[in-house]
Amino acid sequence: MTLSHPSACAVQFQHITKSFAHANHTVTVLDRIDGDIKQGSITTLVGPSGSGKSTLLSLCNLLITPDTGQLYIQGKDIHSWPITELRRNVGIVFQDAPMVQGTALYNLQTAQRLHGIDIGNPETLMEQVGLSSSLLTQHVQDLSGGQKQRLALARTLANQPQILLLDEITSALDPSSVREVEQLLLEINRESRITLIWVTHQMEQAQRVGQETWFLMNGQLLEQRSTADFFAHPQTEEARQFIKGELQ
Amino acid sequence: MTIIALTLSLCFVLFAVVLSRSFKLGLEKDVLIATLRATIQLLIIGYVLNFIFGLEQLWVVGLFLLLMITVASLNVSKKGKSVPYMTIKVFITLVIVEIVTQALLLGFNIIPATARYIIPISGMIIGNSMILGSLLVTRLRSEVTLRQREIILLLSLGGTPRQAIMPVLKSAVRSSMIPTIDGQKTLGLVQLPGMMTGQIIAGADPITAVRFQLLIVFTTMTSAIITSILLSLFIAPSLFNKQQQLQTEPLESSS
Ligand SMILES: Nc1ncnc2c1ncn2[C@@H]1O[C@H](COP(=O)(O)OP(=O)(O)OP(=O)(O)O)[C@@H](O)[C@H]1O
Ligand SMILES: [Mg+2]
Repeated sequence: MTLSHPSACAVQFQHITKSFAHANHTVTVLDRIDGDIKQGSITTLVGPSGSGKSTLLSLCNLLITPDTGQLYIQGKDIHSWPITELRRNVGIVFQDAPMVQGTALYNLQTAQRLHGIDIGNPETLMEQVGLSSSLLTQHVQDLSGGQKQRLALARTLANQPQILLLDEITSALDPSSVREVEQLLLEINRESRITLIWVTHQMEQAQRVGQETWFLMNGQLLEQRSTADFFAHPQTEEARQFIKGELQ
Repeated sequence: MTIIALTLSLCFVLFAVVLSRSFKLGLEKDVLIATLRATIQLLIIGYVLNFIFGLEQLWVVGLFLLLMITVASLNVSKKGKSVPYMTIKVFITLVIVEIVTQALLLGFNIIPATARYIIPISGMIIGNSMILGSLLVTRLRSEVTLRQREIILLLSLGGTPRQAIMPVLKSAVRSSMIPTIDGQKTLGLVQLPGMMTGQIIAGADPITAVRFQLLIVFTTMTSAIITSILLSLFIAPSLFNKQQQLQTEPLESSS
């Protein structure tokens, strides 16, 4: 294996391991992960449920601390970043779209409250993710699952991250909204060179948006190749079965 | 009240024991122990107070207050055993509450600087703060559990631990204050406060008793809110580790 120079990479994993302690045993959720994510690239991260995808994302902004190994973000060791700055740079949109109690507008303005940055026109932000600006005054309790997912995306985008971690952000959307969100993110990636790491359960989506694809299973990174390659010629039996839908 | 009258009032305890026995409630032992403890504790405190009032030495008063605060701190810290330095945090909170309230009461000459006033009023304030402290820890625990994802979200957007926990602290403080405020809204409508009752029975004119009761009500408002805010600010940092990740263990029930 060749190691590229850290600074060329948005994210670089070197022998990253993470275990969780349960009542009477520990479970290794990520097992010696090695891999590079190039600056400005789109990587789709796939694998069966419980394979460690969300955990891998949470390591990148230190919401979870790796047990062993080195993790570099934009060439800098994760532990030498000021933590709040790291988390602003590495934005995450969570699987469950957690909300701050209050209105949709209040949620959009989170970046402004935390860092005093100008989030621009809230209505534009809403339209960007396909939400009507009439929702701005609504309390988040009254939003649907899909509306919350899109609001969560807009809220993280307003924070202007360099690297964006996306954890199944379209699972509650109808097909046309899924396409809209995908288009938006591809556009943002093209224009602002934001690096995307995108966890998805939908194989079509992983193919549509990905340049690179990582296949994770039982905490091991079994494949990391160009997306087209991965789906056309999976190298491992596990990946073959997974793509065919026999491993869910 | 004469000793004989007091002794005769023990028939109420006897009555409770008889009822417990005939309905097989199994409470006899507890009733007797509770009675015994209340009697001994109150008699001791009566004599101790008598002694202290007689001495009228400021340092003795101070020592007695410290003792009250220590007992109250140990009591509250049972609720948050896994919070590092919990007893000390509660202790400091209560000392500050005591200093602030006494500074106002004595500074404005609202009460005379004698043991007879300082000790009972402090007792009520510290007792109230003690209840409030326990309530705050309980509320904080449920708020943090309930809004855990919201806290993590704010951290994920680059918020500091303080920014991330603040909304939750505010609602915990707010809800811990509700019983105090609600209680004061209905004060006197049904139940007369114990202190006022005691004064009236002891022969004070009701208006005088009301004046002192109001003093306690006003002071309690301040001491309650100071307790709640200070304690929540003291506890908050222990809910995060060095990597600025949320730790819920310190608040988990330690029964
Ligand atoms: N904080 C935690 N404490 C203990 N175990 C955890 C924790 N977080 C994750 N795990 C465990 O780690 C494993 C991987 O979880 P993770 O959420 O990363 O999987 P995933 O690939 O994202 O799954 P899904 O596709 O269902 O979202 C699971 O077995 C999970 O139970
Ligand atoms: Mg997941």
